[in-house]
Amino acid sequence: MTFRQRHLLGIEPLAPAEIVTLLDLAERYVELNRRTVKRADALEGLTQVNMFFEPSTRTQASFELAGKRLGADVMNMAVAQSSVTKGETLIDTALTLNAMRPDLLVVRHPESGAVSLLASKVDCAVVNAGDGRHEHPTQALLDALTIRRAKGRLQRLTIAICGDIAHSRVARSNLILLGKMENRIRLVGPATLMPADGFGCEVFEDMAAGLEGADVVMMLRLQKERMDGGFIPSAREYFHRWGLDAEKLARAKPDAIVMHPGPMNRGVEIDGTIADDIRRSVIQDQVEMGVAVRMAALDLLARNLRAERGARATEEGIRV
Amino acid sequence: MTLHFRNARLINPEAQTDRLGELVVVDERIAPGPEPEGGTVIDCRGKCLAPGLVDWGVKIGEPGERHKESLRSAALAAAAGGVTTIVARPDTLPPLDNPEAVEFARRRAAEAPVRIRHQSALTRGRDGAEMVEMAFLKDAGAVAFTDGVRVVADTRLLSRAMTYARGLDALIVGHPQDPGLSRGAVATSGKFAALYGLPAVAPIAERMGLERDLALVEATGCRWHADQITAACALSALQRAKAAGLDVTAGTSIHHLTLNEFDVGDYRTFFRFTPPLRSEDDRMAVVEAVASGLIDVIGSFHTPQDEESKRLPFATAAPGAVGLETLLPAAMRLYHQGGLSLPQLWRAMSLNPARRLGLEGGSLSPGAPADLVLFDPDAPFVLDRFTLRSKSKNTPFDGARMEGRVLGTWVGGTRVFGDG
Repeated sequence: MTFRQRHLLGIEPLAPAEIVTLLDLAERYVELNRRTVKRADALEGLTQVNMFFEPSTRTQASFELAGKRLGADVMNMAVAQSSVTKGETLIDTALTLNAMRPDLLVVRHPESGAVSLLASKVDCAVVNAGDGRHEHPTQALLDALTIRRAKGRLQRLTIAICGDIAHSRVARSNLILLGKMENRIRLVGPATLMPADGFGCEVFEDMAAGLEGADVVMMLRLQKERMDGGFIPSAREYFHRWGLDAEKLARAKPDAIVMHPGPMNRGVEIDGTIADDIRRSVIQDQVEMGVAVRMAALDLLARNLRAERGARATEEGIRV
Repeated sequence: MTLHFRNARLINPEAQTDRLGELVVVDERIAPGPEPEGGTVIDCRGKCLAPGLVDWGVKIGEPGERHKESLRSAALAAAAGGVTTIVARPDTLPPLDNPEAVEFARRRAAEAPVRIRHQSALTRGRDGAEMVEMAFLKDAGAVAFTDGVRVVADTRLLSRAMTYARGLDALIVGHPQDPGLSRGAVATSGKFAALYGLPAVAPIAERMGLERDLALVEATGCRWHADQITAACALSALQRAKAAGLDVTAGTSIHHLTLNEFDVGDYRTFFRFTPPLRSEDDRMAVVEAVASGLIDVIGSFHTPQDEESKRLPFATAAPGAVGLETLLPAAMRLYHQGGLSLPQLWRAMSLNPARRLGLEGGSLSPGAPADLVLFDPDAPFVLDRFTLRSKSKNTPFDGARMEGRVLGTWVGGTRVFGDG
């Protein structure tokens, strides 16, 4: 097995072989999840805490299911409404939590880098469930699994990532992962929502040109607060220029798949009929792959955690 | 339909020539050579024939202030002044800031005897907070984007608007002025303002505003035009930006080229402008910059104000002056004083604005639309403001001795002003 990470803080530290290991394991959990009895014991006896410093329904539910199906004791902490509002610093929250001895910690935080900071203060394995505009590694992994299943490979594909690139952790993790796997990545969107250097990818402001010959069209969510004239003039002009409709999608390959991390703004970044078109849209598959990929990630981290603790115990002459 | 203009002194801004010749117009456009057959002969009697003026920055009172100027009165004034294309400002009530409004204004303007094109606001309501729908507005016919004299103070928003404009190849028009320094100012700092006790702004505020916008142009790569450069101290910044290859042009107003701060005299509100009239040194430097081509465009910045808006204490009175009918005779002052030749003037008043805005016109070349003005540069007269065709009569040239009379104006080969 090739997976040497103590935490899953981002895609950046992962080697291509580690990504493949994780996706291969996730495939097995896809099978498990399609059974009536969805139960494995990889996390038996372990405690998983989900800490979401930012409201989330989908991701939190996905992590919760993943942990429960693997037999962990899962606790959700809605941090947004608790100690943070009472003035506790992030590090104090981490230390308090650490004293309760969790084994797996799933964290989402609105600030870039906050999850790494937290990881440096605790003894358990930490999974980044999204930190600010930085990374969202499990999203990129579930997207990769979806692409690999739909296209039969994860190499040499032309992938257009479209929309608010600058503020998107999903875009960042995806383009790192897809770049590591040697794909051709294009970034499509308004210049006001494009990072200055374009991450060294091909950058298109004209969406039709950016989609030309693409195998995968990956749409991003446009946050409501960006639609009001600060970055783009209006939702309707955004849809006219960068919303995915049949006309623009016609420029991509005939078998191109359409992805979206959700939740969608129909009529803003994507036409509802495209989102619902089962021949093109793999948006529901993405959600399904999400649970499997998170199970695989938690499983691999738990194995490394057990191995590490076992080694330490042996050194200290303690039997676990 | 064929028109033969014979015995004309042809002012050609492209070739920069001023010489006797003839011009033939066939079917609304200038023809390549002499057409012997038929048509109407117009004997120009050695008077000047030039491309019609393209006046960039005209306020029409529609919508919202029709009592000051209607689309029709503006168009009639333009025709009488030799202006064949009006490039209108968006600072109407409400402002032209959405595609539906521009579309409507454009349809209304189609009935006018002269060509009228519209600029859009750059931000919604000209409030400087949210950018307008530039792509839709461009499709609706907006030729440029500007909040007029309301400077977008939020630099981050301006930077984003410029970034967005670059992708559309849209032209942004800025008003170079530091909004903090110029707040409340109605005169230029100096002896005159001090003596008369008027709130004043130093010309350096113009340079500061210009430098800020040029830095953003450099960062974003958008196409940009300064509406009015009026101060000598701003010229070096403009020079540097052009030398650095930025896609930048600049205009100035006919009033700042022909008047100075002392013309305000005894608090005469018809001489209140934004930016305020400058010193004589500034005026001469700006004339020189037009001659050298550093300043590209001269406009009238026609701003109709009714009597009630001007019959007020100087600082309270509304700024601006009408200019469609006085642009040409005022420009003749610059010609007769020897500062600028007629081809130089027409480069700034016709060719350059047309080119910068991507409009036809401003040219005597074959194939160009037959938008023409026939004028006598020497005919003297004393201006009586009540003879102006504009609904508003706020001209600083009331009672002034002027030279230069428009004898005829043609738009697309159709005569819209003058006899015969």
